[in-house]
Amino acid sequence: MSARFRTPMKIASGLGSARSGSHHFMVQRITAVALIALGLWVVWIALEMLHMDYAAARALIARPSNAVLMIAFVIASFWHAQLGLQVIVEDYVHAKGFELTLQIAIKFLCFLGAAASVLAVIRIALGT
Amino acid sequence: MPVARPLSPHLSVYRWQIQMMTSIVHRATGIALSVGLLLVAWALIALASGPDAFAQVAAFCASGFGTFLLVGWTWSLAFHFLNGIRHLWQDLGIGYAPATFVRAGWVVLIGSFVLTALVWACVLTRGGGA
Repeated sequence: MSARFRTPMKIASGLGSARSGSHHFMVQRITAVALIALGLWVVWIALEMLHMDYAAARALIARPSNAVLMIAFVIASFWHAQLGLQVIVEDYVHAKGFELTLQIAIKFLCFLGAAASVLAVIRIALGT
Repeated sequence: MPVARPLSPHLSVYRWQIQMMTSIVHRATGIALSVGLLLVAWALIALASGPDAFAQVAAFCASGFGTFLLVGWTWSLAFHFLNGIRHLWQDLGIGYAPATFVRAGWVVLIGSFVLTALVWACVLTRGGGA
């Protein structure tokens, strides 16, 4: 309400860029570019694992190059998922409290999913 | 008292266009793939935990419902992958001529089914089952 008594310039300078407005957009695109390569690689790995028993599948992911790529994939994909789901909730969920709850739940779930996946890959790679 | 004016973007008066489908399906497949990521996390945790836990994941993937979900996720990934590349391309300012735009939409849609068929042809010829 008080904004109505401010000049347009005051409003513009008050709400203007803090040089981080494009951060969400950029990270969404950068993770997307990474996932073009990593997504194709994960599909290939999944197809490789089809005819493997447990020991062979574990050995495949334990290979250092594969372990590093798998960690990169889970971080990029959970991050990309969080950014995308955030925009969908912003666009379609208009109940303030529910929106805030959803946004925080999505952030927590994506972080937990990424952290648990990274720990799993490290356990596989180190054989613990 | 709010006045009941028609709201932009007037979806009901537009003729159907391919862009409407690619836009909303990109979001829908994004939600589906986010859920699918939980399967990836589950599979990795099971692989770290031991043969019994991994056998549960394999059994789920081989079940009818599991296979149904996997086919759905494969198509979602194929669509989101191709449409995502289209979006990145357009972020560079390329492909905005109406004819190009429409054609790219159809390439994404048809390509998503082709990629899904390719992946599942690999699955079937390799005769899955961990």
